[in-house]
Amino acid sequence: MEKYILLRHRDVPGIDDLKVYKANDGFVAFEKALKDMQPADVTLEVKNSRLRGRGGAGFPTGIKWGFLPNNSWPHYVVANADESEPGTFKDREIMERNPFQFLEGLMIASYAVQANQAYVYLRGEFWQLAAFLDEKIKDLEAAGFLGEKILGTDYSLKINTHLGAGAYICGEETALLESLEGKMGQPRLRPPFPAAVGLYGKPTLINNVETLTNVPMILQKGADWYRSLGTEQSPGVKIFSLSGCVKKPGNYELPLGVTYQELIFEHGGGIVNDNKVKAVMSAGASSDVVVADDFCLQTPLAYETCMERIKAPLGSASVIVLDETVDIAWLVSKTVNFFKHESCGKCTPCREGTFWMDSLTKHMMANESSSEDIDLLRSVALQMQGKCLCALGEFSTMAVVTAVDRFRADFETHVRS
Amino acid sequence: MNKLYNKYEKEIQGILARYPAEGKRSAVMPLLFLAQRETGYVPTEALSDIAEITGISETDVASIMGFYTLFHAEPAGRYRIQICTDLPCALRGSESYLEQICEKLGVREGETTADGLFTIEAVKCLAACHRAPMFQLQGDGEIKYYEDQNVEITMQIVEEIRRKVTAEQEA
Repeated sequence: MEKYILLRHRDVPGIDDLKVYKANDGFVAFEKALKDMQPADVTLEVKNSRLRGRGGAGFPTGIKWGFLPNNSWPHYVVANADESEPGTFKDREIMERNPFQFLEGLMIASYAVQANQAYVYLRGEFWQLAAFLDEKIKDLEAAGFLGEKILGTDYSLKINTHLGAGAYICGEETALLESLEGKMGQPRLRPPFPAAVGLYGKPTLINNVETLTNVPMILQKGADWYRSLGTEQSPGVKIFSLSGCVKKPGNYELPLGVTYQELIFEHGGGIVNDNKVKAVMSAGASSDVVVADDFCLQTPLAYETCMERIKAPLGSASVIVLDETVDIAWLVSKTVNFFKHESCGKCTPCREGTFWMDSLTKHMMANESSSEDIDLLRSVALQMQGKCLCALGEFSTMAVVTAVDRFRADFETHVRS
Repeated sequence: MNKLYNKYEKEIQGILARYPAEGKRSAVMPLLFLAQRETGYVPTEALSDIAEITGISETDVASIMGFYTLFHAEPAGRYRIQICTDLPCALRGSESYLEQICEKLGVREGETTADGLFTIEAVKCLAACHRAPMFQLQGDGEIKYYEDQNVEITMQIVEEIRRKVTAEQEA
């Protein structure tokens, strides 16, 4: 019995070899799409599966595919492989170990929106991985799965990798497009959205690596099968990147709806040194800091239940676990410093706000602050909220506000007497 | 056309072929990687070469180089040991690991070893949080990951590279 849908290399050794992948139903879905399905039917099947974007926003994938207008050509597809959120390391494992399933998903998406050119935008640090994917793409060209008139049909597709060069902001889809066009990675004003005006001004579909990797199985086994996994509003499986103070950090592919309790204590082996768990963050550094009480730990990790119960988005499901030894004020100084470093500088609230939050927390860590500085820090964060051009600025405030509200004592220990 | 182009003509043709004619400037980042392949930094004269190839201004090329952390305007050690000290890695001891590596190499963060081989840098998240402490090694036109590190393992890697470089110099 195969256990995995996305991390299939854990079931099937050598699945990064085209022969092995093909022997394990590889490209059955792509061939079915090309020969037996109209592009709109492919999109409809993905829509019916209710797959949601795995990059963090959770937007329904099939609906996104349907946004590209049919009166403006060419269309482009871009796989977002810029994985840079602190705490996230799932896309890397997919691409390194199960590359063909990801590429097949990208190829099906490209067929669905009738794009003849697709790009994989990888963060520059994935230099080795880009070379590896280039080899896999060559294998697909040699086997006739990519190129002109694929498998005897009229459909042609080319895939190229493109390396970023070290900028978290390029995971934001419009900044990614700027970067791919050879510019500084700064977000665009929206609307227009990339579906209408994207890469080189043309309609563009951008999907996360994990999202695309779901697609071959959905087409092969059907939307009903996919919806039988996970929860009603969050169907399917998710890769949870588990890090921080756990005994067994790593990627865990589980149905959406698994609880924090099960993820951390059954799969993650519990807390290091059997310490007490203090707090959790579910979307990497871009998270609320949530008190890990019983109510929180019993929360099913799905898009809707996280919002309902603990008022914190599931995001990319990059769960960072904090135990009782972690100073939450220190934690905030780390996340704020990250966002200050990664702010692209385009909009004032983010550029200035992250600078001041970084400065305030640095002084706190040096025990040079007063109690009023804690309130000032919180107030800077609140003044940024709702005013930034893209999500980065908003994300930078989430840990700050929730940490000050819920763990103020940790900040007070840094106040000079 | 120019020095960079003449040196890597075939490779540059391959890079340009990845993008549509109207998207020629997409090649600017691949060309910056190419320009710093040998020396580990982008020499000033390469900026105008890249500008000419991609059809944009030299200022634009310079601002792109400055925006992204993997491009370097200044020479440093042949190898940059870039240690992630972001939150998840720090929870697994990467900050004290960085300090110890610096101590062993006799440098402070940001500095280069006396033999000119290694520059130690603290960097942001590298998507390897479950295998911390870790670093990436940027040098010789490559970027490689080294995960599940401790001071002993890393120092062995450092000594191996030193031996390799010495052997190169003798040959």
